[in-house]
Formats: sequence, structure tokens, C-alpha cells
Amino acid sequence: MQGARQRPPGRRIGKGPGLQRYSVFALARQARRHHLGWQRAWRDAQPKRAYDVVIVGAGGHGLATAYYLGKNHGITNVAILEKGWLGGGNTGRNTTIIRSNYLQDASAALYEKSRSLYETLSQELNYNVMYSPRGVMMLAQTEGEVRGYRRTAHANSLQGVATEFIGPERVKQLCPIIETKGPRYPVLGALWQPRGGTARHDAVAWGYARACSDMGMDIIQRCEVTGISSENGHVTGVETTRGSIATRKLALVTAGHSSVLAEMAGFRLPIESLPLQALVSEPIKPCMDVVVMANTVHGYMSQSDKGEMVIGGGTDGYNAYTQRGSFHHIEETVRALVETFPIISRLKMLRQWGGIVDMTGDRSPILSTTPVGGIFVNCGWGTGGFKAIPGSGWAMADLLARGAPGPIAGPFGLERFREGRMIDESVAAGVAH
Amino acid sequence: MLILTCPYCGVAADETELSPGGEAHLHRAGPGSEDASVEAYLYHRSNPKGVHFERWRHAYGCGKWFHSARDTATNDVFGTYPAQVTETPQNILEAIAQRRPGWERPQ
Repeated sequence: MQGARQRPPGRRIGKGPGLQRYSVFALARQARRHHLGWQRAWRDAQPKRAYDVVIVGAGGHGLATAYYLGKNHGITNVAILEKGWLGGGNTGRNTTIIRSNYLQDASAALYEKSRSLYETLSQELNYNVMYSPRGVMMLAQTEGEVRGYRRTAHANSLQGVATEFIGPERVKQLCPIIETKGPRYPVLGALWQPRGGTARHDAVAWGYARACSDMGMDIIQRCEVTGISSENGHVTGVETTRGSIATRKLALVTAGHSSVLAEMAGFRLPIESLPLQALVSEPIKPCMDVVVMANTVHGYMSQSDKGEMVIGGGTDGYNAYTQRGSFHHIEETVRALVETFPIISRLKMLRQWGGIVDMTGDRSPILSTTPVGGIFVNCGWGTGGFKAIPGSGWAMADLLARGAPGPIAGPFGLERFREGRMIDESVAAGVAH
Repeated sequence: MLILTCPYCGVAADETELSPGGEAHLHRAGPGSEDASVEAYLYHRSNPKGVHFERWRHAYGCGKWFHSARDTATNDVFGTYPAQVTETPQNILEAIAQRRPGWERPQ
């Protein structure tokens, strides 16, 4: 690591006026000028002809990958290409839940790395990502779930992830609006992670984008990749709607569209793309200061700082790229949550939307080299990628810089499917995020 | 709501009446196959953005498995056909060609 790269964004030393540093003093200064002096947070870059590294997808994972490439490995001749707008895919469509209470050691290492990076991300990026470690509880509503979560809690204590199994009284105490004695699915306990929580999803993308731009990286929006060229089994560049860009290292970080990009590069992925929906209610007064996930009945809910109840459920059952999803899934999710939280039965829902999630068979992500030299993939986050953004970026940057996976990314390679070495998180992660 | 017509019983069924069964026309890698083809058969999927052939079961109806041709980007349905085939019937391919000129089946 180079010293100059470790300064927080917004403290450019040397050339140019540099980026404004956000602080209470900056706020006061700008207030006196009627807030007319704020800079744009990142440059709207034009594509150059060649880069050391090209990252496809300016969502959270792509931007975090770029950020840690610069910060940890000193690689800053990087372009991040985005066909739409920055953070407009799943980064802006998720329910912002952050947790690391996974069962398998490989997952716990990756997600806990990510969660721990979230703890200090606002300070590091000099951008308030509003990380709120308010606590995440996953309700156990069947005997099978009780046993499963007890097992996860034991696994987590061996992995150094702070979780515990709590009884129904503690659940009621932490979240009084839960109906714990429902007739069909009474709450028998919960897996409780006190340092889990939420963050502002847009701000995570914006904060990383600002830091990347400050390091001299080019974030190029409205630039769709239309082809990938290679020679002798090694990538040479990409064709885009804004011209050709040459590179020897290409990272595909396109979530639901990973298979489309892989097709361009000439290989297939063990991925299927499905719509996943979320919705928010009208804003109400604060009534819930934890995140609750009810996996048996397929629903999860938290309250945003604006007072809206943020609700998510399960994916559709069949492949689609429609970014809307089927209505009956919304109905099922809401029906389940009304039973768990009777207080919300008269709430009006304000907005509903969908994103396309990239599901793998074992519900674990793929951070990997590919059959084409110089092409790397970061995908398969499925229904739970937001929580993993910093850790994913960290591990992916390591993979890109060294050309081989490090200790975190190691188990998540594509070869695990051929070798039958699955990282089975379908119980822990199949439904709830 | 996605509506598919079951080619067996002729019922135009809502998706809530059907169970999705994943990609159609997968060719099983049998005994003696190479590891790579077994891997491809088990895990690799075309997952196209566009024309897609998939399996469905008329679960809350006649119970039969059938196939459909659907556009995954728009949910346009080009047709459904019985599951007792190894290739897509010609009339379905013609329906696709009519509405998606220039479409080619990926290898």
C-alpha cells in the first residue's frame, strides 16, 4: 500500500483544487453561501481508449471493487462502465439489510469482513452511508428453524461472529409490535445479531463513486457493453455503445445480467436470473428499531429513517429480466407480515419495485477467474448482495490485482461446482435478505 | 400475471396454477461423460435475456409437464408444447421468427 492512497477522499494533495471534504465546517461555510459552492461528487468521465482494468457495472460491488483496487493495490487506471446510471440496479433496489449470521465458515468470513468494513465506511469514505447497527433478528417459527438457528449461533460463535439465539420474551422486548403467539406460526425464538442493521443503499454507491473519482478513476455512465473481444484465450477489450475500450483485465460485476456478459465472452455461468420485489408503506411514527426477518412465512421488514416500513419477500419462480415481478408474491409477503405484525394491517403501501437477482444453486456468490484469461466475475449474490458490498469489493480487488483468489475469495471460485464443493447457504440465505 | 395455455388440457392457466421447472431441452450427460459435460448439464444455464425455452407443470390442474417459449425480457409467450419432445416444434420456432426476426438459438 502506498501512503498517498491511504488519505481519506476529499483531501487531495498536490495537483488541482481537489475534492471538497465533507465536515461540519464545510457545511457551515456552504450555509453562508446559500449552498451554491458544493462540487459534484464525481466526474462525468469520457471513455479513454485503454485502461489497466475495466469493471463492467457501476453498482455497489463494481464501485467497491474499484475503490479497493486503488486503496489496497494502488491500481487507479480503472474504468467503471455502467449501461444505466450509477447504483440504479440492485444497489438502489434492495431492502438495505446488513448481517453476517451465515452458517458456513467461508460465508461467515466474507460477510463478516463486509459487515466490519461497514462499521467504519462513513469515516473512511468521508461520506455518510448511514450505517445503523440496529440489530437483525431472524425469527424461528418452526421447531426445525429453532434447531437450525441454534446451530448457526454455535457456528457463529466459533467463527467470531457475534450472534445469539434468543427466546420469544426477548423477541417481544426488542420488537414489541411482533405478534409472538400467533395461531399458525408462533415465534419460538430468534437468531439475533446485535451489530447487524441497515445502511443507506444509494449513499454506499455514491460514497464509493466519489472516492473512486477522486483517485482518478473514470466512472462512465450510459455506456453499455455490447461485445467482449479476446485473442488466444485472453481478453483484449470491450465494445461499448461509446466505442471500443482496450484492457487486459476485465471484471464482470453485473448481477442479474452476468449470464448476458458471460455469453458475450463465450462461457456459461451456473446462474439464473429472477425478479425479486420490495415495497414500502406510507411513513408512520417510529414503531420498530430492529430488522426482522421471518423466513418460514417469507417476509422481512424494517423501518426506514423516513418512517416507511420497508418490506421484502421471495423471488419469482421463473427466469425473467423484467425488473417488476409477479403480483402474487407481493400478496404472499404482505399476508405473511400482517400475521406477524398485526399493527400494519391498515397501512397503505406507497411503492413497489423489482430487481433482477442472480441466483446460484448453492445460494453463495461467485468470485472467480473464468475460462477466458483476464476476465474475472463477481456475481451470484442472489437476494443478498447489498450486505456484502465492501467485503466483495475487497476480495474482488485482491483477485483482480493478483490474478488469483486470496483467502476470502478462494472458496467462491467457479470450480466449486465441478468439484461438488458447494457452500450451501440455501437454508440461511434462500429466502430472507 | 403470466398466463400459459396447457397443451394437454387446453386450460389458460395463471402462473399461480403452474409450477416452473427451469430450462427445457437440457441434454443429460450420461455415464462415461467428461467432468466438464456433467458440470454443464448440472449447473450451467443459458439464462438468456430474450427467447427462453422452459419447463412448467400444470400443478393445480391436469398435473402434466409441458414446455413454453417465452421472452424473459418482456414475458411475451410464443407458445406452449408438450414435454414429450427433444427439440422445439417447428410451429413454435416460426412463431418466434415472426415476432423476433433475426433471433438465433444460442449454442
